[in-house]
Amino acid sequence: MTAVKVFVPIDAAARSVGADEVAAAVQAEAKRLGVAIELIRTGSRGMFWLEPLVEVATAAGRVAYGPVTAADVPGLFAAGFLQGGKHPLLHGKTEELAFLKRQQRVTFARVGVVDPRSLRDYEAHGGLRGLRAALAMAPAQIVDEVMTSGLRGRGGAAFPAGIKWKTVAQQPPGQKYVVCNADEGDSGTYSDRMVIEGDPFLLIEGMLIAGLAVGADQGWIYLRSEYPDAEVALMAAIDMARREGLLGKSVLGSGRAFDLHLRRGAGAYICGEETAMLESLEGKRGMVRPKPPLPAIAGLFGKPSLIHNVMSLAAVPTIVEKGGAFHAGLGVGRSKGTLPFQLAGNVKHGGLVEVPFGMTLRELLYDFGGGTASGRPIKAVQVGGPLGAYLPPAKFDTPLDYEAFAQAGGMLGHGGIVVFDDTVDMKAMARYAMEFCAVESCGKCTPCRIGSTRGVEVIDQIAGPGPQVALLRDLCDTMTHASLCAMGGLTPMPVLSALDHFPEDFARGARARG
Amino acid sequence: MDSNKILDRGTPDRSARVGAPVTLQIDGVAVTVPAGTSLMRAAHDAGVKVPKLCATDSLDAFGSCRLCLVEVEGRRGYPASCTTPCEPGMKVKTQTDKLAKLRRSTMELYISDHPLDCLTCPANGNCELQDMAGVVGLREVRYGYQGENHLAAPKDQSNPYFTFDPSKCIVCSRCVRACEEIQGTFALTVQGRGFDSKIAPGPGSFLESECVSCGACVQACPTATLMEKSVYDQGQPDHSAITTCAYCGVGCSFRAEMKGDQVVRMVPHKDGRANRGHSCVKGRFAFGYATHKDRIKQPMIRASIQEPWREVTWEQAIAHAASEIRRIQGKYGRGSVGGITSSRCTNEETYLVQKLVRAAFGNNNVDTCARVCHSPTGYGLKTTLGESAGTQDFDSVMHADVVVVMGANPTDAHPVFASRMKKRLREGAQLIVIDPRKIDLVDSPHTRAAFHIQLQPGTNVAVMNALAHVVVTEGLAKVDYVRARCELPEFDKWQAFIRDPKNSPEVLGPVIGVPATTLRDAARLYATARNAAIYYGLGVTEHSQGSTTVMAIANLAMLTGNLGRPGVGVNPLRGQNNVQGSCDMGSFPHELPGYRHVSDPTVRELFGQSWGVPIDDEPGLRIPNMFDAALDGSFKALYVQGEDIAQSDPDTHHVQAALTAMECVIVQDLFINETAKYAHVFLPGASFLEKDGTFTNAERRISRVRRVMPPLAGLADWEATMALAKALGYPMHYDHPSQIMAEIAALTPTFTGVTYDKIDQLGSIQWPCNDQAPTGTPVMHVDQFVRGKGRFVITEYVATPERTSRKFPLILTTGRILSQYNVGAQTRRTANTAWHAADVLELHPHDAEARGIRDGDRVEVESRAGKTVLRAEVTERMQPGVVYTTFHHPESGANVVTTENSDWATIVRNTRSPRCRSARCWCRRRRGSRSSRRLRSSRRRCCRGGSDGRAEAGQDVQ
Repeated sequence: MTAVKVFVPIDAAARSVGADEVAAAVQAEAKRLGVAIELIRTGSRGMFWLEPLVEVATAAGRVAYGPVTAADVPGLFAAGFLQGGKHPLLHGKTEELAFLKRQQRVTFARVGVVDPRSLRDYEAHGGLRGLRAALAMAPAQIVDEVMTSGLRGRGGAAFPAGIKWKTVAQQPPGQKYVVCNADEGDSGTYSDRMVIEGDPFLLIEGMLIAGLAVGADQGWIYLRSEYPDAEVALMAAIDMARREGLLGKSVLGSGRAFDLHLRRGAGAYICGEETAMLESLEGKRGMVRPKPPLPAIAGLFGKPSLIHNVMSLAAVPTIVEKGGAFHAGLGVGRSKGTLPFQLAGNVKHGGLVEVPFGMTLRELLYDFGGGTASGRPIKAVQVGGPLGAYLPPAKFDTPLDYEAFAQAGGMLGHGGIVVFDDTVDMKAMARYAMEFCAVESCGKCTPCRIGSTRGVEVIDQIAGPGPQVALLRDLCDTMTHASLCAMGGLTPMPVLSALDHFPEDFARGARARG
Repeated sequence: MDSNKILDRGTPDRSARVGAPVTLQIDGVAVTVPAGTSLMRAAHDAGVKVPKLCATDSLDAFGSCRLCLVEVEGRRGYPASCTTPCEPGMKVKTQTDKLAKLRRSTMELYISDHPLDCLTCPANGNCELQDMAGVVGLREVRYGYQGENHLAAPKDQSNPYFTFDPSKCIVCSRCVRACEEIQGTFALTVQGRGFDSKIAPGPGSFLESECVSCGACVQACPTATLMEKSVYDQGQPDHSAITTCAYCGVGCSFRAEMKGDQVVRMVPHKDGRANRGHSCVKGRFAFGYATHKDRIKQPMIRASIQEPWREVTWEQAIAHAASEIRRIQGKYGRGSVGGITSSRCTNEETYLVQKLVRAAFGNNNVDTCARVCHSPTGYGLKTTLGESAGTQDFDSVMHADVVVVMGANPTDAHPVFASRMKKRLREGAQLIVIDPRKIDLVDSPHTRAAFHIQLQPGTNVAVMNALAHVVVTEGLAKVDYVRARCELPEFDKWQAFIRDPKNSPEVLGPVIGVPATTLRDAARLYATARNAAIYYGLGVTEHSQGSTTVMAIANLAMLTGNLGRPGVGVNPLRGQNNVQGSCDMGSFPHELPGYRHVSDPTVRELFGQSWGVPIDDEPGLRIPNMFDAALDGSFKALYVQGEDIAQSDPDTHHVQAALTAMECVIVQDLFINETAKYAHVFLPGASFLEKDGTFTNAERRISRVRRVMPPLAGLADWEATMALAKALGYPMHYDHPSQIMAEIAALTPTFTGVTYDKIDQLGSIQWPCNDQAPTGTPVMHVDQFVRGKGRFVITEYVATPERTSRKFPLILTTGRILSQYNVGAQTRRTANTAWHAADVLELHPHDAEARGIRDGDRVEVESRAGKTVLRAEVTERMQPGVVYTTFHHPESGANVVTTENSDWATIVRNTRSPRCRSARCWCRRRRGSRSSRRLRSSRRRCCRGGSDGRAEAGQDVQ
């Protein structure tokens, strides 16, 4: 009798609600009962309200139980869950769950499915096809595919990736780098983490292809220190990739070299800004560099560097495998492909939703998110991280598309969506935006360094329309136009959106906050 | 104050970059600039001022203050003009309503966290923040002053020369960047994030930090945050003069900023070509000795050295000195008197002293202590290349791809040049250090030596031979260069010599104490570099086989084609400000100015005609010969200008006896020194601030010294020499040192084109300056060597005999540290003592362990010459078996142990430098002297040399 495969996530989100205990309980119970099982720790499927989500491979496919506690485990065995037996926690076949079924998972196709520590499993599920294709292509062809794909930087700025690739590729031969920005610091975002923890070889493959395309033989990954699980997963994957000849002097025996360096950040939000990240990677204080020079021309250690966010690089293997046109066929307008949105905050069904661009915000919030967790009406959502705009329900029909969002006074950013119900005080949220900037500013440019602190003070003094509101708007104008980087330049976005859409919250008296 | 008006184009010159010039329009004005020029700099050139705070043309653009934002037609946003390079056809606007509003709002933010004490602020009248608030038209601060701020941040007064007042800081990072980009020390940082960002010298105070007090941060600061204490005390200066530092051989150009005849501060001169606007703690801050109470301001005489001094007038002193000289010459003969010139005084003064000796004394008994460090260079380079001087200018290092530093410790001894070198190293040049000690350059922030050849003291020649052997035998020589430019028979002979396996790294490695592979790799690195430059110090010259080493260096440079263009060369780093000049000026007993031998009748005729007296054709006495002759009874009077021979000579008793045997010793110095104890006439000297003249630095650069205050004692040194000549019946007629220079130019082929007017016009001139090179010669030997064909000289390595014994198992080396200068006659009379209150003994942990010595213990050091007690500093900077001390504090007695080395005669052999500061010694922990206190000291070594009157002696040690 073959062992039944049982899948328990090793994803940090799942572990935070007891996945390790559940896994141990499953092992113990199987042993106690003398049942042969094969326990596989996977990434998360991204349905956090169901975590820890335990899956069992049955003849009909994988079935899901969740959220499971350790205490539930004996009951699950008793209910015959190894055969997909009925149990109050059973949700049926995982693939058929509406939350998943309505998605179009491209980047996340393997996350939650495969064993992230197995290169074999990765390959068995379609991994390395992009790399193998790339090895057979001329570098310029790879760049062309990326150009055709219409891929735009997933870190937030949505800069056309193909142009970056072309620029780096066109620099004279010599030392070049591929740099992966895994400093995923936006509040309410976790897609980078989920890929690294759940499908790390995808990132490695993406970086390898990028290296082949632009002529870089070294890749650097800047991982935020707050992701210890991701670090473990990535280190294990890199080690395995080296052992298996995926990384090293001759990638898959091609004679072309590529290897990776993994660097851990030190807890600064600003190091998610690409030039501050470069400084940090070089061992310096994370301070924003002026541009020009563009990092594509003079980046890490002054060498041409292709810098991408995890999501951008993770999109690459599919683009090369299936062709740029496949990717360009998804999405709308100039927003091509899929974006893994991350629902967080006061939302009933928080989790990862990978869909092509073009769906409306409302669909995402209600059809996937199911409204607020508190059951109260949604008052505002912040899209695109702590520097993104707060959007009122009147804007919920905006399509999830870079240009449409910009027109609506917001931004998609890295795809993080934080939901607030009607109890939220938007003045406090505006204040928080300034406070966040005051704490996280690198301190280099004056509008950001001093302006953010003054912003907090001015908001504290606001009690209805008046000179303080005018001063706040003036300050926001200065920060927007005079700041050195997007940190100071975008901080006014949440502030002004709160002020514009929720003026009533600013009419209340000044209140002190700790 | 005029420093306000000093041109600041905002961002550095980028004209060295490749690419066609770019033409663009700024506020409607067309301007053409080199590719890569910033909009800010281009605007400046177009006569358009863009407001700025964080930008200054000595630092790379930073883009933090956001005052310099501009609008560019067809572009979104408001790019910073400092960080945006010009592009062809750009249309830039620097003044629009929107820009005005952004600038004013930004300034409003600055001022919301800045004290409003302008009227009582030391920067009042010279504050860029104040200026910019005016320029942008700030009229109110709507945020009020009640918000969060830094106004209560405490001042850091720990540095003796400047105050750090963070309450006035605008966090522009100019200080941090200056520390990094200009000085290369990386002592400062920005601590904290966001509003909490503050400038910090590490975790403690400035004095406790890595800060070397070079002053670059103070100079860079646009506010009163980093401010000279002298400006706090005296207020802003109101006029200034450009002059030249009187400390080391770098010869930095300074603006002496004055109020009346008081120096308020010394600020490095941005256009100074030796220092390019940089300075070190000595030149920048340690000028207080010039007005120290110990200065002697009245001439003094006495009949015998047992008597107390008697103050007299200049006339009396000069008349007395002259009558004694004439009396002695009458009694003992014309050759019974002589003079010693100073490598601290000006060219003109040195010239006058040797002229006095040759024309008024009527003999050639003139010498200089500079001979000790200069002679091996002079001889070695003259023999091989044809000129007694370094081949490059300091700028050259910025073109070097490989830099060799041998027997020198530039970060302490030539700090301003070291900073240039470190900048180049940070740009990617490779470094090879050849030194027994792990000097700071070997491993310091952002610079690391590719190879540290940590040789056994005394094996310099072996190292150079081994390197040359590798170059020749591995086929790395630039054969075409050698064939075209060098004497081939000599080369062939030399090549046969160097090929001999006895010169291989495998044979010499064990002697040197360095693995053969290291020597081979270093040789390959040097030989295959596009441009490789060698910089050496007294660890080469003040050494047995000093001249041989210099010639071996020249051989290696010729062999690899590394002479005759920027980025290469053979460069001695001079110990004192005017070592080069004093030697150029005919200070040696056998040479007239311009290194021309007195035996040459044409030369004698030339000078004889000009001076109106015949020149003696016999070389005169060298300093040791003078002493010997004094003890013989045939040498009876000596005029010593600005040297302290009694302190500096290794054989103290010998010198003391010799001086005692003389009947008239005339000492001219700033302070009563050791030699003055044996003097009969004391003539007060004038500091560099009190006289006009020129100094010639290590790169042959002649720079003006300008009088900014009257001589404290009434006469400049040259005037005193002139008075003495007149009293001797040989009147000299100069109203100003420029006339002396005119005479030098008329008589010296390498100086033909030098005039004060031309120096004023060009800023400085590197000799040779004549019809062939009317504006001077930055790089020598360009198309051919000065001597015609370069000459390879066989440089046999001669092992020194066993250097240690059971009784004296350690080798003691001496040197100097950054904050102090030589025996400290000047620097100990300044607040520089904050860094180096006492001399310490550095030793390796193994040696310390074996003797039970712990860091901070007081230890006895004994050599055959004597013994002294020093505080121990245990450090791996030393190699086992070698200990090290500084010699800045005579009272510590470091001189006592090092002064005499009875084995010297056996060690010197073919060196031309008879003095070497070293000894074998032993040391042990002093009973009951355990101390946990760790002294603040820096522990670095370098050239040893005098104050306005101290001899040089060695760092590297036998």
